[in-house]
Amino acid sequence: MDFLIFQAPILMVQASMDGILLGILFALIAYGMALQWGVMNIINIAQGDLVILGGYIAYFMYLYGIHPAWAVIVSPIVMYFVGIGIYKLVINKVVDRDLFISILATFGISILFMQLMNFAFGADVVLANSGYGTTMLFDNSVTLPNSKIFAAVVSIVFAIGLVIYMKKSKLGRAIRATAQNARAAKILGVDTEKVYAATFGINAALCGVAGALISITFTIHPYMGLPYTIRSFMIVIVAGLGNLPGVALSGMGLGVFEEFADYILGTEFRIGSVFLLLVLILVYRRFKLSKKREYLK
Amino acid sequence: MKIKNIIITFVSAIALLLSTSVVSFAKVVGDKIVLGAAISLTGKYSSNGVHTQNGYNMAVDRINSMGGVKVGGKTYKFDIIYYDDESNPKRAAQLAERLISQDKVEFMLGPYSSGLTKAIAPVTEKYGVPMVEANGASRSLFTKGYKYLFAVLSPANLYLDVAIRTAVELNGGKGVRIAQAFEQDAFSQDVRLGILDAAKETGSKIVIDDKLPKELNDMAATLAKVKAVKPDVLVVSGHTKGALTAIRQIAEMKVDVPMLAMTHCDAAKLSKQHGRNSQYALCASQWHKTLTYKDKWFKDGMTYDADFTKEFGYAPPYQAAESSAALLVFKDAFERANSFDQKKVRDALAATNMQTFYGNIKFAPGGQNVDKPMVLFQVICDDSGKCENKVVAPLKWASAKLIHPIPKWSER
Repeated sequence: MDFLIFQAPILMVQASMDGILLGILFALIAYGMALQWGVMNIINIAQGDLVILGGYIAYFMYLYGIHPAWAVIVSPIVMYFVGIGIYKLVINKVVDRDLFISILATFGISILFMQLMNFAFGADVVLANSGYGTTMLFDNSVTLPNSKIFAAVVSIVFAIGLVIYMKKSKLGRAIRATAQNARAAKILGVDTEKVYAATFGINAALCGVAGALISITFTIHPYMGLPYTIRSFMIVIVAGLGNLPGVALSGMGLGVFEEFADYILGTEFRIGSVFLLLVLILVYRRFKLSKKREYLK
Repeated sequence: MKIKNIIITFVSAIALLLSTSVVSFAKVVGDKIVLGAAISLTGKYSSNGVHTQNGYNMAVDRINSMGGVKVGGKTYKFDIIYYDDESNPKRAAQLAERLISQDKVEFMLGPYSSGLTKAIAPVTEKYGVPMVEANGASRSLFTKGYKYLFAVLSPANLYLDVAIRTAVELNGGKGVRIAQAFEQDAFSQDVRLGILDAAKETGSKIVIDDKLPKELNDMAATLAKVKAVKPDVLVVSGHTKGALTAIRQIAEMKVDVPMLAMTHCDAAKLSKQHGRNSQYALCASQWHKTLTYKDKWFKDGMTYDADFTKEFGYAPPYQAAESSAALLVFKDAFERANSFDQKKVRDALAATNMQTFYGNIKFAPGGQNVDKPMVLFQVICDDSGKCENKVVAPLKWASAKLIHPIPKWSER
């Protein structure tokens, strides 16, 4: 236990800001996961690996002298087609099957991606420097890297853009219809096959954006994908499916919770405390559910 | 007739099988001494695994071309059987079994990383196969009473010991306030234990002691604490990822500490990825090319650096240098033992006392090398933004003066 944060309350501001900025970025990845989980009933274990692949696109642009910020436009376009490709090759064969089958299939894709990235890009940890500098608040006692602010702003823009797209466009409506009832949508003339492919592509594109932002703010490595999958999975679990504002809120909430846990319990309990919270939430849900069931009896 | 044919085929097949296994696999075949090694050629350690392999190959070629190994009046050449352990400890242990029981290898070279060495050591110990390893520094390797394990490198707990002692020295012999952040893996935790020992001996105080989870690549919270507490020394160890993350976030958050000491900066190629932001960082290293150790085969560090660069197209990291040194140790031991008996070679290894371009080598009873100090180099950049690693401690080997304290970010 450490009470530094209470002795220096300005650290609370720092922790909250760090948590919120981090949370927004994670929420973007979770947003993609919630979308395809809701529409296709697929839990994508390869989510984190798609993120890392997006990160490598930014890294290579940086390596060739292009500012990595441009990757937030290039990366989603490339990743959209990667996503469509994966859908056509693997996912369309498991989309109507048991959830377990799709977990196995995406787990396989995840391993394949890790090895391929390791083979193609090497096992070195890399990053892309944006050179954005730092914003200082409260007489230098709170520092916010501009790259993190940039990442949060871009994430918000993409998230809002997607919400509008889902509400207004034809494809967006088709996706929502399929999510509600795939059979009914099919009967009413929605090409669900196309909808599934587009959903998977959009998810991959979101991962691409997030990956580019992560290579600007953190580091990337071929084997670093799984923590992102787990994190987005948790955010979706906490928020519940089909609850997009909830995803954003739970992303930020988990981010802040994690930062405070770091200060109070110590860094080694940071991730453990998030998992503990997840267990508590699941138990609570179960408890509520069982009450309902009793009522039904 | 039919039965006769079958018998002939069967017998000749068995004969063929026996002949190949006898000819190709044995410890010493003709004029060749065959060593075995499981190396991470794929998987997460593949870049350092390749450095290790290049280091081994470089030394094999050099020793063979300079007359080989003389045992019992006859000249032998080195040869190595490599297998890819996929950076996986279980696989490494299987491959060690395979090298020893199927390929009949009687002498082994180590894999890359402490974790994999830990997986292999019990196997080589079981069969009494002497293993000289160059890339497993974890302290626990040397406390298990292994008799056949020899490491040419300094153990992990000494990695940053010299940094703390230097800081105390600069503080007029008084203890310093230390902030430390270590990843939760065997190696980094050993480095941490070394710091705790050094702090105790020098009367220093640990003010922040963070253990970073493996999956974390954000150190913002730790660094905010550092900003608030203002320690004299910040120590970070978390492999390449830790080094890169620390430099990036220290620069972004404008964290001012008088001294920043890290591990794995060589492999991270800090200055290449971060340029001037990495300036003044202190990096622990097993070896640096400017050290003035000498030997017959590679002459000295600078020559090794030039030869290696010519052959493999990149400057040798210390992982390659220490791997080359492992072969020199084996050659020396074979010649002194004047035999291929495993026990005799083992005893000769234990009695090793030599200088190589990589450093002095003398093994403690636990198998670790106790005759070679760790060096610290500091990243120093010139006005054009070109950065170089300069050895600053221990003073005996220093090629530049340590810049201390690190200038504040507002003054850079």
